[in-house]
Amino acid sequence: MSKQNNSFLEWIDKRFPLVSTWKEHFTEYYAPKNFNFWYFFGSLALLVLVNQLVTGIFLTMSYKPDSSLAFASVEYIMRDVEFGWLIRYMHSTGASMFFVVVYLHMFRGMMYGSYRKPRELLWLIGMAIFFVLMSLAFTGYILPWGQMSYWGAQVIVSMFEAIPFIGETLHNWILGDFMLSDAALNRFFAYHVVTLPVLIVVLVFVHIIALHEVGSNNPDGIEIKENKNPETKIPVDGIPFHPYYTVKDIFGVVVFLIVFCGIIFFAPEMGGYFLEHNNFIPADTLKTPDHIAPVWYFTPYYSMLRAVTVNFLWVDAKLWGVFLMVAGVAIFCFLPWLDRSPVKSIRYKGPIFKFALTLFVISFFVLGWLGTQQPTPLYTLLAQIFSVIYFAFFILMPWYSKIDKTKPEPKRVTK
Amino acid sequence: MNKIKIFLTVLCLAPLSLFAAEPGMPLDSVPIYQTDNESLQRGAETFVNYCLTCHGASFMRYNRHRDIGLDNEAEVTEKLILTGQKAGDLMLSAMRKNEGEDWFGVAPPDLSVIARAKGADWLYTYLRAFYRDESTVSGWNNLVFDRVAMPHVLYELQGEQELVVETVAGKEVKSLELAKPGSMTVSEYDQYVADLVNYMVYLSEPAANDRKQLGILVMIFLFGMLGLTYVLYREYWKDIH
Amino acid sequence: MADSFSIDSKMSGRRKFLVAATSVAGGVAGVGIATPFVLSMMPSERAKAAGAPVEVDISKLEAGMLLMVEWRGRVVWILDRTPSMLATLEKLEPKLADPNSEKNQQPDYATNRTRSIKPEILVVEGICTHLGCSPVFRKDIAPEDLGPDWLGGFFCPCHGSKFDLAGRVYKSVPAPTNLVVPPHTYLSDNVLLIGAESKESA
Repeated sequence: MSKQNNSFLEWIDKRFPLVSTWKEHFTEYYAPKNFNFWYFFGSLALLVLVNQLVTGIFLTMSYKPDSSLAFASVEYIMRDVEFGWLIRYMHSTGASMFFVVVYLHMFRGMMYGSYRKPRELLWLIGMAIFFVLMSLAFTGYILPWGQMSYWGAQVIVSMFEAIPFIGETLHNWILGDFMLSDAALNRFFAYHVVTLPVLIVVLVFVHIIALHEVGSNNPDGIEIKENKNPETKIPVDGIPFHPYYTVKDIFGVVVFLIVFCGIIFFAPEMGGYFLEHNNFIPADTLKTPDHIAPVWYFTPYYSMLRAVTVNFLWVDAKLWGVFLMVAGVAIFCFLPWLDRSPVKSIRYKGPIFKFALTLFVISFFVLGWLGTQQPTPLYTLLAQIFSVIYFAFFILMPWYSKIDKTKPEPKRVTK
Repeated sequence: MNKIKIFLTVLCLAPLSLFAAEPGMPLDSVPIYQTDNESLQRGAETFVNYCLTCHGASFMRYNRHRDIGLDNEAEVTEKLILTGQKAGDLMLSAMRKNEGEDWFGVAPPDLSVIARAKGADWLYTYLRAFYRDESTVSGWNNLVFDRVAMPHVLYELQGEQELVVETVAGKEVKSLELAKPGSMTVSEYDQYVADLVNYMVYLSEPAANDRKQLGILVMIFLFGMLGLTYVLYREYWKDIH
Repeated sequence: MADSFSIDSKMSGRRKFLVAATSVAGGVAGVGIATPFVLSMMPSERAKAAGAPVEVDISKLEAGMLLMVEWRGRVVWILDRTPSMLATLEKLEPKLADPNSEKNQQPDYATNRTRSIKPEILVVEGICTHLGCSPVFRKDIAPEDLGPDWLGGFFCPCHGSKFDLAGRVYKSVPAPTNLVVPPHTYLSDNVLLIGAESKESA
């Protein structure tokens, strides 16, 4: 670097901690050197977030949050705006890919025990991001004002009616009307483009700050900070994030973009999973489509909602369904305290945990698939069985993680 | 561990095999050639002659048909505009919404994106599955859309079909029989409807061809980047032991 | 193992080359991604359709009368000038900034004293070249506010710019150039097309 550059940096540095921030978070942030495939998804989630923010701003320039104009304005973007179709597909594909990436990111945390001490708060902030992400997806899906937008939102908002005493008032307050209408579309638009994006950006920032405070976990689940070089005070198994993980993540980004662009350019509807067929029919407040299902990323929880068919303990089935659905998401928050295993990573955990995690993943997929299907007695029974397995994974964890036969953790990270 | 990985990968791909058809009438599959401009133009003319009388395609502009080879405004005007609109105008229906409700009981839906909602095969089967039914208001019924409000607009071309119900192994099997031939043979009519459906698929996403072409360029670029960034990554990671 | 890392002279030639090549490719990608976003802000097909050329029937336009039509959201004046109005054009030329229409504010076919195709019919955008106000048509001669030398023309109330009956700007007023003559043509004697020079190029 030239001298001139250095004096300019000095000028800045006296007024803003630029160099020290860069060092703290990039060149002198020491990440474990044994990150594998699963460690790409954090940076990819950040990439998708930026994609959503930028494309979202450009969509806002042409979209109209008015129940009589919304559907047409989306088609206006698709046809009349130059490259509007690309921006829209980047946004709609980005929404689904956000969930793909975040689910894999969460699964990584479950495999390697990234939620455990000292990363409990990091995990909780991540869960908060996940809640906001779900709200963003929900409010965003309403905006095209197609049949699925309308009836999907109708179903979700009706769940608030299940809350005792205040349900109906709350429902009307949320909608600003007695049914889903223009008023709700307008306010969900406000949440989608202002409130929730600001929240998620702040939370992601906090998530990264918290991560860099405690340091990254790794596939071996051991703390690299416990083994530092006595002279340099640098973890023996740590390597600077920049350039090693920046070049690795850039490579990961290109792999991701190949998948992402493959969908955008060659299968933007993803067979009806990313853009549902019925959402190409404008919202008709008088006619429910024959078959409504939420977008794929909500279907596991949607299955749980439908799985409860009996009243129980003076509480009716509808409210239990809502409770189960919310619990299905919220239960991840308790993981740091449910896991009693002496080791963090699946590599050293015993066969019971591996079996339980596999069952959990199967139940997640089965519930997800059932959520896309019409309910039949058989499917409802399956949904009930797999909901039980899903929750058993969490509820029984304090017990089975304790009795499981673990292997000893190594002193140093392995390849 | 590896077994679990393979298993999870299979699970991830499993939903792809579930795109199978919904229950109901089996649909005939229609050949779609989005690059066949002649077929698309024939379909466009059929569309404006028959469909646009009652339905609109109100998100589509006439001059957009430059995509399918009608790049001259005079040609667009001559071939497609029957209502005195301008080339830059949206393809609005000649009929008003309340008239549609009065005549058919429901307003005919806008057809701009109908092919994305219903699928090409459904449209192809639907347009060939009208049959005479005196019990309905219009005198027509349809095998894939029971008691549809729309009459058979193309009957002069296809002729009149009648419903045949047979019982095969205890199950009712419905089929159609041509009772009165129209001006076209069966294969001519099938081709005619295929062109129309081909056009309606184009109509539902006019940018689709541009999308795929741009996609190929983007993919070529990305695969180049893949090689470059991989070499860069390996180069730096030589340091790590 | 390399400690704190920056792009410096210690890098091997191969590494330098790869960083440079990736940076260039990344720059290309950046420009490629930015392009559709920038282009998406250009006038859309709807705006272009709304800005399509307009046909105007001028058979009912009387001598001395001003007709206003809208093209691309802008006001276009069509003025049928009387012989006495046309006579003022030459008289005023010493007071004008660009009497011969040398600045490119009009198509070639309107680069003449009357700034028009047919001498009597003026077609001009009614937008002041100063800051976009719409001037007022003042055909009254020597009114109190504009002084005894006023022979009729256009006066911009916002900042006092003056134009003659061919839309040519006076000297010493804020507006720098003559009013803009939009592309136009006659489809027939009485039908004017504003916004294009022929029906096909529309």
